[in-house]
Amino acid sequence: MSHATGNKYLKDGILPHMWCSGCGIGTMLGAMLRAFEELGFSNKDTVVVTGIGCTGKLDDYLVTNALHTTHGRALAYATGIKAFNPRLNVVVVMGDGDSVTIGGNHFIHAARRNMDLTAIVLNNLNYGMTGGQVSGTTPGWSITSTTAYGNPEREFDICALAETVGANYVARGTAYHGWELKENIKEALTRKGFSLVEVISPCPTHFGRHNEMKETAAMLLSLRDRAVPIERYRGLTAAEREGSFPIGKMVDRSDAGFNERYAIIQSRAAKGAGGIN
Amino acid sequence: MATETRLMQGNQAIAEGAIYAGARFFAGYPITPSSEIAEACSIRLPALGGVYLQMEDEMASIAAIVGASLAGAKALTATSGPGFSLMQENLGLAIMAEVPCVIVNVQRAGPSTGLATKPGQSDIMQVRWGRHGDQCLIALCPATVQECFALTVQAFNFSERFRVPVIFMPDEIIGHMRENVAVPVAGELEVLERKAPKGPPAAYLPFAADADGVAPLAAYGSDYVFHVTSSMHGQDGYSNNDPAKATWRVAQLHEKIARHRDEIVLTKTFYTDDMDVLLVTLGATTRAGRAAALEARERGIRAGVLQLQTIWPFPDKEIAALGRGVKMVVVPEMNYSGQIAGEVQKALGPAMDIRRVNRFNGTIITPQDILDVMTRPAATKL
Repeated sequence: MSHATGNKYLKDGILPHMWCSGCGIGTMLGAMLRAFEELGFSNKDTVVVTGIGCTGKLDDYLVTNALHTTHGRALAYATGIKAFNPRLNVVVVMGDGDSVTIGGNHFIHAARRNMDLTAIVLNNLNYGMTGGQVSGTTPGWSITSTTAYGNPEREFDICALAETVGANYVARGTAYHGWELKENIKEALTRKGFSLVEVISPCPTHFGRHNEMKETAAMLLSLRDRAVPIERYRGLTAAEREGSFPIGKMVDRSDAGFNERYAIIQSRAAKGAGGIN
Repeated sequence: MATETRLMQGNQAIAEGAIYAGARFFAGYPITPSSEIAEACSIRLPALGGVYLQMEDEMASIAAIVGASLAGAKALTATSGPGFSLMQENLGLAIMAEVPCVIVNVQRAGPSTGLATKPGQSDIMQVRWGRHGDQCLIALCPATVQECFALTVQAFNFSERFRVPVIFMPDEIIGHMRENVAVPVAGELEVLERKAPKGPPAAYLPFAADADGVAPLAAYGSDYVFHVTSSMHGQDGYSNNDPAKATWRVAQLHEKIARHRDEIVLTKTFYTDDMDVLLVTLGATTRAGRAAALEARERGIRAGVLQLQTIWPFPDKEIAALGRGVKMVVVPEMNYSGQIAGEVQKALGPAMDIRRVNRFNGTIITPQDILDVMTRPAATKL
């Protein structure tokens, strides 16, 4: 059996990519494209919508349809695409700053509407592209370029947020666990409604360098050592959970997605039922 | 010819004009005095197989209509001052990516939250310059409910033909007034579609302009796969920071409008053949201006009216031609700084006696206001 490579979605001659050694975006991109291939996606029926930042540059590598948008608004653009043409595979790839910091409101509402989109969020715990400033997912007391004395704020749990606001599918992977990441992305892409896959990644140049280990390989191994499958994590005590975080599929619901619900509206309107006059 | 005459509200006529033009996607956010457009679209569009989305804010609204347009929809949103301010960044993406869409700004009195239910005409410069960076767009302004219908169709036509967002900017008076509309039948008004790409899909370049200065636009999901970015880019739509590409791109965004400006600039004239005094009006001030001109003629002053239906690109050539030989120009507008008057002055030169009639407190400019300024002995320098 030959493995998917995802090459049919990659622009010719575009590699090597721009991201730093040890950054997880390349791993995430590879996992996403292999998931596309295993699911039989075509370039013409797929639209990848990206935001701004290191993750946002991912569109440069693709020959699918693509839309590189303004900071924080990718999910709103994607909502318009998918609402008008439900047959498209619309995948929205964002960083942590783009998706839940500046993009927080659009993230909440895309999930609340259960838009039939798959959001892949690369969480490297800071704003990497602009030099490693604090973001909404930077752990409290961490050092960043704008929190030299430590981050006085608390951080989001993106997966918990997505679950609370109604996403049908929520999973977390890491840049270390490449195979599982591809499997979670495949599941997410096949679910109706709003799917989220969060990908924890080192940022060796910025966050990692100030807060974790000196070498990139150590940062990746740290993800291996601290990640605990959610099934086991649920059974751990608070003390046992110290220093670790859960990965894997956390939510898998089958509520009707937006397109299914809106089709009912169109059918009612065409029959002249309802209305407020 | 239209067979039906219907009493319509201006906002309602805008929605109906959009539907007539083929619009099937609305995403917006409620704001006075534009909400009737959203409500009309929410009822009419789903019945036609279209989509009405109420987004979480105005930034998401314009983002959604840009996405829908790239997926092949004729799309619009409607807002007023505070919402229009929020839309500027994503409007910039729509201009940069040459995405057809119509944004209705039913102007109300500012600044800031201002007088939410009262009319203003103080967004004129914001419509032209509200985005950062070099760019331009088209803006149209109706003065009657009939024009709310017909000029909305025109707005979509310009948007499709030139791959550019078009701002439709009535003031609240026009948006909320009710007048008879001779409802056009199908085929009576021209409806244009964006140029579709031809040739092999692999060769398609979404930003390579044809001889008319405009590139064909595919739709996501067709055989023509394409790439769009808000970053500076080449003809293939991939990001590119080569200075030569940036020079080409910024110039092309402007030239595609400039070379067609005579087709885009729409004006109407009233009583101008023998005039000594020219009134330059837009929207609601056209109504007062026409009444003032007729009253002035009763008093022996030969006044005429130039109604600006296109605001941007500004009708400078038309004003210069009509202004040749007049003794005085009067510009009534519901803003403080004379946003139209400044452009009129640029078109006519410093020697022309240009008199401003400015109201900026949410009240309407009356014919008497205009007559008072017209008949005042000493000219007020700008």
